Amino acid sequence: MAKEDMKISKDKFAPAILDASLSEALGKPSLNFWQDSWLRIRKNKAALVSIVVMLLVIILAFVGPLISGHGTNDQNLKRTNLPAKIPALENVSWLPFDGTTVRNDGTVVDVYEQKNIDEYFWFGTDSLGRDLFTRVAKGIQISLYIAFLAALLDMVIGVTYGAISGYFGGRLDSMMQRVIEVISGIPNLVVVILMILVFKPGIMSITIALAITGWTTMARVVRAQVLKLKEQEYVLASRTLGNSHSKIIFKHLLPNLAGVIIINTMFTIPNAIFFEAFLSFIGLGLQSPLASLGTLIDDGFKTLRLYPHLMIFPAVFISIIMICFNMIADGIRDALDPKMRD
Amino acid sequence: MDNILEVKDLNISFHTFSGEVQAIRGVNFELKKGETLAIVGESGSGKSVTTKAIMRLLPPQNSEIKSGEILFDGNDLAHLSEKKMQKVRGKDISLIFQDPMTSLNPTIKVGKQIMEPIIKHQNASKSEAKKRALELLSMVGIPNPEQRFDQYPHQFSGGMRQRVVIAIALACNPKVLIADEPTTALDVTIQAQILELMKELQKKIDTSIIFITHDLGVVANVADRVAVMYAGKIVEIGTVDEIFYNPKHPYTWGLISSMPSLDSTEEALYAIPGTPPNLLHPPVGDAFAPRNEYAMQIDLEEQPPMFKVSDTHYAATWLLHPDAPKVDPPAAVVKRMKQFQAGQEGQ
Amino acid sequence: MARYITKRFIYMLITLFVIASLTFFLMKLIPGTPFSAAGKLSPDQLQIMKDKYGLDQPVAVQYAQYIGGLFKGDLGISFQFNNVPVTQLLIERIQPSLQLGFQAIFFGTIIGIVLGVISALRQNTWVDYGATFIAVLGKSIPNFVFAGVMQYYIGVKLGWLPVLFWKGWDYTIMPTIALAMFPIAITARFMRTEMIDVLGSDYITLAKAKGASSLEVAFKHGLRNALIPVITVLGPLAVSLMTGSLVIEQIFAIPGIGEQFVKSITVNDYSVIMGTTLLFSFMFVVIILVVDILYGVIDPRIRLSGGKK
Repeated sequence: MAKEDMKISKDKFAPAILDASLSEALGKPSLNFWQDSWLRIRKNKAALVSIVVMLLVIILAFVGPLISGHGTNDQNLKRTNLPAKIPALENVSWLPFDGTTVRNDGTVVDVYEQKNIDEYFWFGTDSLGRDLFTRVAKGIQISLYIAFLAALLDMVIGVTYGAISGYFGGRLDSMMQRVIEVISGIPNLVVVILMILVFKPGIMSITIALAITGWTTMARVVRAQVLKLKEQEYVLASRTLGNSHSKIIFKHLLPNLAGVIIINTMFTIPNAIFFEAFLSFIGLGLQSPLASLGTLIDDGFKTLRLYPHLMIFPAVFISIIMICFNMIADGIRDALDPKMRD
Repeated sequence: MDNILEVKDLNISFHTFSGEVQAIRGVNFELKKGETLAIVGESGSGKSVTTKAIMRLLPPQNSEIKSGEILFDGNDLAHLSEKKMQKVRGKDISLIFQDPMTSLNPTIKVGKQIMEPIIKHQNASKSEAKKRALELLSMVGIPNPEQRFDQYPHQFSGGMRQRVVIAIALACNPKVLIADEPTTALDVTIQAQILELMKELQKKIDTSIIFITHDLGVVANVADRVAVMYAGKIVEIGTVDEIFYNPKHPYTWGLISSMPSLDSTEEALYAIPGTPPNLLHPPVGDAFAPRNEYAMQIDLEEQPPMFKVSDTHYAATWLLHPDAPKVDPPAAVVKRMKQFQAGQEGQ
Repeated sequence: MARYITKRFIYMLITLFVIASLTFFLMKLIPGTPFSAAGKLSPDQLQIMKDKYGLDQPVAVQYAQYIGGLFKGDLGISFQFNNVPVTQLLIERIQPSLQLGFQAIFFGTIIGIVLGVISALRQNTWVDYGATFIAVLGKSIPNFVFAGVMQYYIGVKLGWLPVLFWKGWDYTIMPTIALAMFPIAITARFMRTEMIDVLGSDYITLAKAKGASSLEVAFKHGLRNALIPVITVLGPLAVSLMTGSLVIEQIFAIPGIGEQFVKSITVNDYSVIMGTTLLFSFMFVVIILVVDILYGVIDPRIRLSGGKK
């Protein structure tokens, strides 16, 4: 083990000049919570791709109706049930965008030629000759509205309710908790259906139903967090310094709740989107002639055997939106709170 | 005395997001039959990694034994197959963890958890295993073993749980017992009880113990020999007396100075300045140099070899090189050494 | 434990009562009667019908009769199906719905658990990524889209399975798969996280230190501890299946409660809507209660310390 008989020049044994900062040097630059989270989200390729795809879908939803040259309700019985046809892509043989359809006997027919139509309908037309692309874009807008609404309700009602309940505690808390217990004891499908019966199906009833049921999970999570946080020393310290309740809530509690709130909101969104589509699909949501992805799928479903494209396009888009939101939600959760996976 | 376990030039790396962390960098030591070897060092110095490597319990996904041998019973554990390793674990070498609150399976009855290694390694029938488990429970000082046998871990206090963990570890009369900070998570009074129990049981079943701790007070109490680890290396190794009365490495000096004592008159407890190096990019020279007030030019350029102090005492510091200036331990250490000595004579 | 169950039971009754009352009064707010939709009845006939169904009595009286009837299991009579008692209607139709629900949750959770365990044991391999991919699809693609696509390609185009109706076990396959996708996804993800968590815990390392093999450790020590929290997702899953059954029953023309419910809403058949709502709510609260109790029974930490919270 011992290797004393090495030749080392004597001057090496002079005292070393030490840089004082060296002993305190840390391995990596310190990052704050959000920088660190952003770094982690950037490493998550699935989430990044989803964000990009989602942005494209959003652009399509708002720009699409402007450039398609057709209105949502431009009916024209001369051009019903056209298959999809997109310039340039129509020449790629394996893509279903060449405006042809295969008959039951196997013959390929160019429906556009047959009906003598020069226009291009990117996703084809429905049984009333309306442009499916425009309608799908409008439907995506509805889904985005629902996503926005659900997030807003979660943030406003859920966070406020949970924060008040947890922060003030005592009788108020137990009363508010009983209310939540009863509300969440009612299946939200039942609430939605009751709302629809009273207010007639439509975007309004769905909005109200979401307002009644959509925020309970968030309220519970926020309350639990607040209960935990308010016992922390820094909150006690702030209180002993005589700070007001609102100052403590906004300055100390909310910033620490931000992660949980964002994560929860992100998980509410796909659920809400699904719910609207689901209601529209069973005919309790938006009513014709308004288009939502759910109603489009329902319409398409009825003629699935003859014109599968009527269902495929909206179905693909709702799936993309759902997948993207779920992936983004997963990514944000992993980035903000690596310990809270699933 | 025979060596029961020999660790030779062990190098272990972890593969992380940021790169390869060289957690263990050339560790050598041997464990003699019936002795207690204490490994001390601050968190992250590689104590636990070394012992987990002996048990081959490091996560296979991101850890790697780069080189070295772990000789036990004529086998090199570092390169033993997983199947054969399973026959060693719990039978020849067993383990006690730091936190008794998490080291027992919450959904399995305590008795069953003790029986498991007995059935596995000794081919015992269920009733034999139960009999042995009950013996073990009373041996580790748990009252009403019959009744306790059918209880779940959450019905035990921390100290009692640690006794159960010890019972599990001793179930097959292992040749080596690795205790990874077995008393850190316990109350001081319970700590003393557990230490007593371990000493007593060691005599009874004649096992060797590797005792990992960062508490030098515990070391003085239980160990025969001490290895001091810093930044993935053993920097000083020797008998308890040698380490406490004649420490040679500046890091050991630092550790001893920072030990609190009852009659200490100093206002402030000594703390070693700075932080341990990042093993993602280990320093070229002596890893302790940046925190060492006696550091020399060579410390920054080359790693010190193990210098021999006596047959049993080695230290890795350039201060022991014949050409190095003579440096006396700091006053605080000298004072401590005198206190130890006085304490020893007073007994 | 007994006290806890009693307390939960009382809460359950309160919730049900609130739901029953809410349902009743909201029904009264709805414009129109079930007969106004028909439009063919003369005012006289309408009056006869109203008398017959007690619609002319004060709301308070109707409410008292309604709540009183509930205790006897009387949910009123259906308007659309010639005076058939709602209870009877529900009983006639509950079998397919229950069977579908049970099959979906049974196969869904088992497949999910298996996928999750495999993912956890083979972390960050292609098996894991595959399972994750399935889970993301299952969680994201709406069940009615999945059902529609499956019906078209497997039922119509390939002709492997019957497309509609409920006449034998082969009729149940596609609806079950469509409904089970969500439970598979949720349990697989949940199980994976739990299992990874458990496998990283000290007692697992200690079990290995005792000389147990990796598989032994995973299944004897890991699985049970990882399974316990999975029980908590069973409640929400069962509830999502109720919602799911509405569309799945419609798509596959299954004569279950969900299909009847949707139909009743479109024709304003109050009693059926109220009855089904109550039945859904009842199943919902019972499932949540059962799951909570089950959780307590299986986890010794809760079982022996007497109730959680």
